Amino acid sequence: MFRQKCEVLSVKRLGAYHSITLVAPEIADDARPGQFVEVAVPPEREFLLRRPFSIHQASRKGGWAGTLEIAFVPVGPGTRWLTDIEAHDFLDVVGPLGRPFPYPTQPNSCLLVGGGYGAAPLYFLAQELRSRGKRVDMIIGARDQERVFKAVEAKRLSVQVTITTEDGSLGERGKVTDALPGMVTRCDTEVVYACGPNPMLRAVAEYCAEQRLPTQVAVEELMACGVGVCWTCVVPVIRRDGSGWDYLRSCIDGPVFSGSRVWWEKWLGGRSAPIQTPPQGFQAEELTVGRAASWPAG
Amino acid sequence: MAGGVSLKTNLSGIELATPVLAASGTFGSGQEMSRLVDLRKVGAVVTKSVTPQPVRGLPTPRMVETPSGMLNAIGLQNPGVEGFIEKEGPFIAGGGVPVIVSIAGKSVQEFAEVAVRVSKLPGVAGIEANISCPNVERRNQVFACDAQAAGEVIGTVTRMTHLPVFAKLTADVTDIVEVAQSCVRAGAHGLSLINTVLGMAIDVETFRPRLGGTTGGLSGPAIRAVAVRCVFQVARALPEVPIIGIGGITDADSAIEFLLAGASAVQVGTANFYAPHSMVEIAEGIGAFLVRRGMSSPMELRGRVVTPGLPAEPAYRGG
Repeated sequence: MFRQKCEVLSVKRLGAYHSITLVAPEIADDARPGQFVEVAVPPEREFLLRRPFSIHQASRKGGWAGTLEIAFVPVGPGTRWLTDIEAHDFLDVVGPLGRPFPYPTQPNSCLLVGGGYGAAPLYFLAQELRSRGKRVDMIIGARDQERVFKAVEAKRLSVQVTITTEDGSLGERGKVTDALPGMVTRCDTEVVYACGPNPMLRAVAEYCAEQRLPTQVAVEELMACGVGVCWTCVVPVIRRDGSGWDYLRSCIDGPVFSGSRVWWEKWLGGRSAPIQTPPQGFQAEELTVGRAASWPAG
Repeated sequence: MAGGVSLKTNLSGIELATPVLAASGTFGSGQEMSRLVDLRKVGAVVTKSVTPQPVRGLPTPRMVETPSGMLNAIGLQNPGVEGFIEKEGPFIAGGGVPVIVSIAGKSVQEFAEVAVRVSKLPGVAGIEANISCPNVERRNQVFACDAQAAGEVIGTVTRMTHLPVFAKLTADVTDIVEVAQSCVRAGAHGLSLINTVLGMAIDVETFRPRLGGTTGGLSGPAIRAVAVRCVFQVARALPEVPIIGIGGITDADSAIEFLLAGASAVQVGTANFYAPHSMVEIAEGIGAFLVRRGMSSPMELRGRVVTPGLPAEPAYRGG
């Protein structure tokens, strides 16, 4: 984890989204897919807290070595301020933070499911999985064509791709979860990774739980510090041995969790279900993240 | 420090490198933050509150940003005193930074239990009693909102420990001086002023509270003026008692405001979330201020506010 004053290399528009590329050699060097950074907003504003952004791309070699790219949509005062940032401005960035997506040792066929700009970290993940000899397929969805995140890049990185839009303006009409059963069958999917709005993650995780497919989801919860001290960003997670559940911090214990261990009903509401048991068969590579595991909370 | 200035502060017997401490619940026990902050330049760390048993806490959302501040409703999530000792004990014993353990409970007995356990932990510098908790034995009336209940907790805790005990008070009372006096009579070695201010925010689209816990604690610069007023009132009534000023401190000037109002030290809370280095910068800023004013210690600023024509009690409200 580093705190750096990072120069903005470039800003660009990606359809409905904005992207900022930063010069951040230490952070880029350590970053893994699924992790995030916290960007400070300027002082003398009425809003105070850093804003968390998942890492879209961290480049370690080539012409972009030492750079970090984040993607966002202006929804609140912090992100609106970020849209005024220009090349050669400086941002105060802390990162990389959080538990990244683990890479599978055994399964080889990975399906990556992304909704809206939440899909951003999946491209970095796809590259890392491919470099480990895994098969990568992708489902990328959004409300409309403008909001589909990097469709061309998804095609370049995966064997099979399905694009979905709710209004049918690009790819298949519907949601990513409508395309999920067909893709799982066609691609012989063994592991599912998902990133996007929480209700989408829940739908993906619930489908995968029925199919006994291991899933890794990157969740979003309101966060004040990003480094494990404020305890605001918690998510109810079922213990590995099924003996109960705990509120775990999405900044340290997550943002990536096993989809079958998140207690979605407790977290997002809706029908109550019995405590789930996680599907077996997913052995994650030993994670080498730069921080120790956290408190056994609750 | 230049010009013969020393920031060293003695707080009820605790030797601090600077008068700038980390407020409870905003810095862990220091361990998590040690990669972002040089802890040798931090006065002390007040831990997240510890209760006898593990507490799961409140449902999300637990945080919402409000103008110049934030509301939180965590519900005292913590691993219980045994889990706390297991996880934080070795770090606290390491002595890298003075650690004041914040304790909480639902009854006087629970405060006593944690105080006893924490007092045996090597390296603990002091105890801060977070008495802004509901008292199950008195229809969930918050201890800090009742002078007698606050005094009972503090009296019990001070009898159970050899460590200096600080009572953390809330501004959500009719007369904070009365509660402060009761705590001091009961044996408090110092007072931490103030805890978060009870607040609420509502989502106008869904008509629902924006916090899972409905109401929460407001912190940040939004509450600074309330906190300065509390420190001022209590310091006037109890000039001998060490006060730690807390509430929306973000820079050296806001810390100095608290010292002038009567505080001997300050705690930084919300600012740690977005500017973890701010405690170090605030301490350096106080040092620079002292040099500029030809002073040698922060204690020279304590209670120096000049109030010609101070209106009679109760405090003047204006308008």
